[in-house]
Amino acid sequence: MGYRCSIHSRNYVFADLKMLLAKATPFRSGDALAGVAAESNEERVAAQMALSDVPLKNFLNEVLIPYENDEITRLIIDSHDSEAFKSVSHFTVGELRDWLLTEAASTETLRKLAPGLTPEMVAATSKLMRNQDLIKVAQKCEVVSKFRGTIGLPGRLSVRLQPNSPVDDSRAIAASLIDGLMYGCGDAVLGINPATDSPEIVAELLKMLDHVRLKFDIPTQSCVLCHVTTALKIIHKAPVDLVFQSIGGTEKTNASFGINLSVLQEAWEAASSLNRGTVGNQVMYFETGQGSALSANANFGVDQQTCEVRAYAVARKFNPFLVNTVVGFIGPEYLYDGKQIIRAALEDHFCAKLLGLPMGTDICYTNHAEADQDDMDNLLTLLGVAGVNFIMGVPGADDIMLNYQSTSFHDAMYIRKVLNKKPAPEFEQWLLSSGIVDERGNRLPISGSHKLLSV
Amino acid sequence: MSTDKPVSVGASVIQEDTWIGLKNFTKARIALGNVGGSLPLREVLALKLAHAGAKDAIYSGLDVDGLREQLSGLQVPVFCLSSRVEDRMQYLKRPDLGRRLNEQSVVSLKETGQTFDLVFVVADGLSAEAVNLHASEVLKLVIPELASHYKIAVALVSQGRVAVGDEIGELLNARFTAVLIGERPGLSSHESMGIYTTYAPEVGLTDERRNCISNIHPDGMSYWDALRILSYLIEQSFQRKISGVDIKLELDQLPQEPLSRNSI
Repeated sequence: MGYRCSIHSRNYVFADLKMLLAKATPFRSGDALAGVAAESNEERVAAQMALSDVPLKNFLNEVLIPYENDEITRLIIDSHDSEAFKSVSHFTVGELRDWLLTEAASTETLRKLAPGLTPEMVAATSKLMRNQDLIKVAQKCEVVSKFRGTIGLPGRLSVRLQPNSPVDDSRAIAASLIDGLMYGCGDAVLGINPATDSPEIVAELLKMLDHVRLKFDIPTQSCVLCHVTTALKIIHKAPVDLVFQSIGGTEKTNASFGINLSVLQEAWEAASSLNRGTVGNQVMYFETGQGSALSANANFGVDQQTCEVRAYAVARKFNPFLVNTVVGFIGPEYLYDGKQIIRAALEDHFCAKLLGLPMGTDICYTNHAEADQDDMDNLLTLLGVAGVNFIMGVPGADDIMLNYQSTSFHDAMYIRKVLNKKPAPEFEQWLLSSGIVDERGNRLPISGSHKLLSV
Repeated sequence: MSTDKPVSVGASVIQEDTWIGLKNFTKARIALGNVGGSLPLREVLALKLAHAGAKDAIYSGLDVDGLREQLSGLQVPVFCLSSRVEDRMQYLKRPDLGRRLNEQSVVSLKETGQTFDLVFVVADGLSAEAVNLHASEVLKLVIPELASHYKIAVALVSQGRVAVGDEIGELLNARFTAVLIGERPGLSSHESMGIYTTYAPEVGLTDERRNCISNIHPDGMSYWDALRILSYLIEQSFQRKISGVDIKLELDQLPQEPLSRNSI
């Protein structure tokens, strides 16, 4: 059968939903590389017009990757909440977009709707939305998560402190850690990307982070972003707060990461059983990013943004504390320039929030992408307005281990200042009592005898 | 506003960080100070300068004439080739095209009608500056030591990615290729070269079939250490007829002398 749209005298035909979604996607280099992008600007708009008329119900009957072949498809279909879906089940994709922008789609309504939406429905809707639509609707979605701190409350913006070292040197990491805390960062997580995935090194780093946290009584959580199987090896030998894993939107992508749903289930159960949280016990930290499926040759002709949103089904299953799209890290063959990175980040943030996930963003670029600090300033400001749960804090924006530029501690100060955002409430109290910031969030002068400098 | 204070003449408005001593422990950009929470201009410009250098390295071009000249004393054939990529923008967007030779290059290699044991491929990758600086220095050290045992050629490839070495190796019936290529420039090192080795190269191989020596630049791995590893990889590959993940690099087992003849 297929999907059709006539423009002037030209008849555009799209063989299936997968092709329709791909052709309707705002242009990005990764879809061109995959050979699934629209061949002209007109064809793209024709696809968007055809997509706007597709009933949401179709997404439950026409799957993009066969149910028998892919455990993510099975997860999406089997966990769909048809009761929650009822209120929008008569809509087309275009009607859902229009409705989302109305007052009727309130914070509470959207919260209840989330389990009734599938990743493909949400991805499809985002393709019809302008950047301001993505910001406006995401701002209405509130997703709060808890461990030792409360992340995602209205008027709050948290920061993952990312004190990486190219050789996992604990003194170098501690130096960056202190610097970040002194600039009010670290309420989302103190999170190190280890240079090597050795269980011994990961355990040592975890002990160091836990030592600092306990010594200064910091109401936050720590994570060393090792492979989930490494975390499982040390979970009873080292202080594991959050378990990290990169995830993708197809079973084959996850296989390329060396994981599947049952490994994640095992890690989730193990970390939950430790009960290390105080105000809550959400224990998973996931990272995603458009292009990972194609780079693993596991996209099956599905566009990269739809693959990305399917990864959120995986995240949603494990009630995560943090989900983070590492949007500009993958490189220009997937997202070529600042414009594409900004668009992708707003899509990822919107889609995750609408699906009920505590989404943060690594606002970042590599040196071979056509982007710079000004692009990151734009994206940071847009995501701040959209209500992003957390961003990264990297010393001077320059990650000397992963060799890319993210947001800095100073960027966090900027966005909190211009949008009047506060850190997580527990962490804010700690910053105040530690004499690091005043009640307006301004940095106080810090003497050389400050307690943190004794570490 | 009542809280406004006049700036005293001559005093810096920068609030410096008292933990500047921590800079001794890390190369990370810490203790930068701030102006109202924002980055002081000196730090903004320092980052901009580092990024500018990295961008310039990405858009630098392979110095084909210079490299030919520098390699002319080695008495090995030097082929000048291009990938299917037309310009840098396309190079960045289409890694698949950078992995294949253009038609003219394919024809020129077929016309040679020769076969070689070892082909060194020099490709610009993401930093032509890196190979312009380091490739001929490394080749001038390694080729004379190998020339008596192996039939050697060099190929210079514009707009090339690592896997272009597979097609070159296949067309020249090479048993082994070593691709010297510019790595993605970091903010602190714009001129870092990597070497990727492959035994029995042919089109379509993937990364697990390669061994890699990375980070070759003045502040990273020295030529000497790179040559020690390269010698070991050549020896292992020719002995075991493999390359890639099954060859484990154990630094303490490497020869102290990079190229003793009986080890090759």
